[in-house]
Amino acid sequence: MKKLIPSFALLTGLFVVWELVCMLGNISKTVLPAPSDIFQALVTYRDLLLIHTVQTVEEALIGLFVAVLLGVSIAVILFLFPRVRAAVYPLLVISQTIPMIALAPLLLIWFGFDLFPKVIVVVLYCFFPIAIAVTDALHAADQNTVDLLKSMRATKWQILKFVRLPSSLLAFFSGLRISATYAIGGAIVGEYVGAYRGLGVFMQTSANGHAIDLVFAALVIIAAISTFFLGLVSVAERIFTPWKNVYE
Amino acid sequence: MTGNLIVRDLSKTYATADKQVPALSGINLEVKPREFVSVIGPNGSGKSTLLKIVAGIISPTSGTFAISGTAAYMPQDHALLPWRTIEENLLLPSDVKKISRETMRKKIRDLLVEFGLEQFSNLYPASLSGGMRQKAALLRTTLQNPSLLLLDEPFAALDALTRLEAHEWLLLLLEKMHAGVLLITHDIREAIYLSDTIYVLSPRPGTVLEKLTVPLPRPRRHEHLQTPEALALEKKLFSLLINKL
Ligand SMILES: Nc1ncnc2c1ncn2[C@@H]1O[C@H](COP(=O)(O)OP(=O)(O)O)[C@@H](O)[C@H]1O
Ligand SMILES: [Mg+2]
Repeated sequence: MKKLIPSFALLTGLFVVWELVCMLGNISKTVLPAPSDIFQALVTYRDLLLIHTVQTVEEALIGLFVAVLLGVSIAVILFLFPRVRAAVYPLLVISQTIPMIALAPLLLIWFGFDLFPKVIVVVLYCFFPIAIAVTDALHAADQNTVDLLKSMRATKWQILKFVRLPSSLLAFFSGLRISATYAIGGAIVGEYVGAYRGLGVFMQTSANGHAIDLVFAALVIIAAISTFFLGLVSVAERIFTPWKNVYE
Repeated sequence: MTGNLIVRDLSKTYATADKQVPALSGINLEVKPREFVSVIGPNGSGKSTLLKIVAGIISPTSGTFAISGTAAYMPQDHALLPWRTIEENLLLPSDVKKISRETMRKKIRDLLVEFGLEQFSNLYPASLSGGMRQKAALLRTTLQNPSLLLLDEPFAALDALTRLEAHEWLLLLLEKMHAGVLLITHDIREAIYLSDTIYVLSPRPGTVLEKLTVPLPRPRRHEHLQTPEALALEKKLFSLLINKL
């Protein structure tokens, strides 16, 4: 927490400057609302914002959860089957060069305006960092330890269970940290193309109606949730890798 | 039982993508029941390779080996699992063999008490000193009830003083468990102090240059290292290794 103090101070400073610029520059609220206007909007429209936020968070969390399962499963399969890995790994990397925003309209056509296509977008954004981090870590497990298990006549599965998977946990959390920052963004992208509810549509309709303060209000919420997600990952990491704290 | 371990004409050539690396060539070696055998040789002479073959981790290119009884291997690094406490690390052999943890716990506690590690049993390896870690790793090796210990430079990373202590608890442990040892080492004095027999390997590919018997009584004492026999052996080993570097 202490580490965040400088960032917090910088942010406060920026807000003060921003507030002053808006006030002294007499800038219209429909071009650049001041922080105080954004705060005002957050308070006034809290019920409406809450409905959209819940929707987006739901999409992001479900998507992230599926991405974790998918990412780890892909990693384990690629590890267990080198031939599959040789075929799939390069395609997996190339698949990430496809802009998701181009894929979202297709998902809309195929799956409609509901939750499902948004979750897919989130999964597509989020599984990759996890899959890559865990795949690499499974291979990078300490050779001496693997040899030790082999000398005990351990099976490939036991080596996976006792050595490779636990030793991939730190890498898994690094991947998850990246994915957690993508999750909300992914949900927003999914909603942008078409949705009934969610911060993505909310921002779009607000922008169309020149309610820039509401766009900013949604951005503030998105930043807050993403930060919260990152915090959750850090807490989970501490709980699941207690031995790591010894080094610190 | 003719011997705990018999190695005959063992050779190993590693095949990498672009070349063949001969690591061992025609090794003959024997460890009798309860015998302490050291293998000493320069870096890259295939010492670890020999141990990995005997431990069943890799297969030889040619030659044979036979172990009567079971062997337990300790890799060059202690290879404790960082995410397991010391006690859980000692449970690893039984976890792999699917023996119930409860039947092992008491035995492990007693062992930890006897070797002065009981106050560390619930700590992670990272919070232990190097000497303690090696000790824990060695105890884990013995929990496989082996009749032969395969130890790959177990004390190489320790400072000189800690290493002397480690020799004492290794000897103490061996008195209790009736096992033979095949120890890899770099350290001439360590080999003399601990062993009944010393094999000297040549540089890559490793061949047996000489098999030497250590003419010292047991139990060993550090004064033994100052006897004319020990000094002569040390000189001999030194010249064998130096000339081949
Ligand atoms: N997996 C491997 N692939 C190719 N070469 C190897 C491999 N392992 C060891 N070697 C080579 O074999 C030789 C013997 O290695 P090693 O048995 O580790 O020697 P030592 O333990 O005596 O230092 C070295 O030259 C080493 O580079
Ligand atoms: Mg070695």
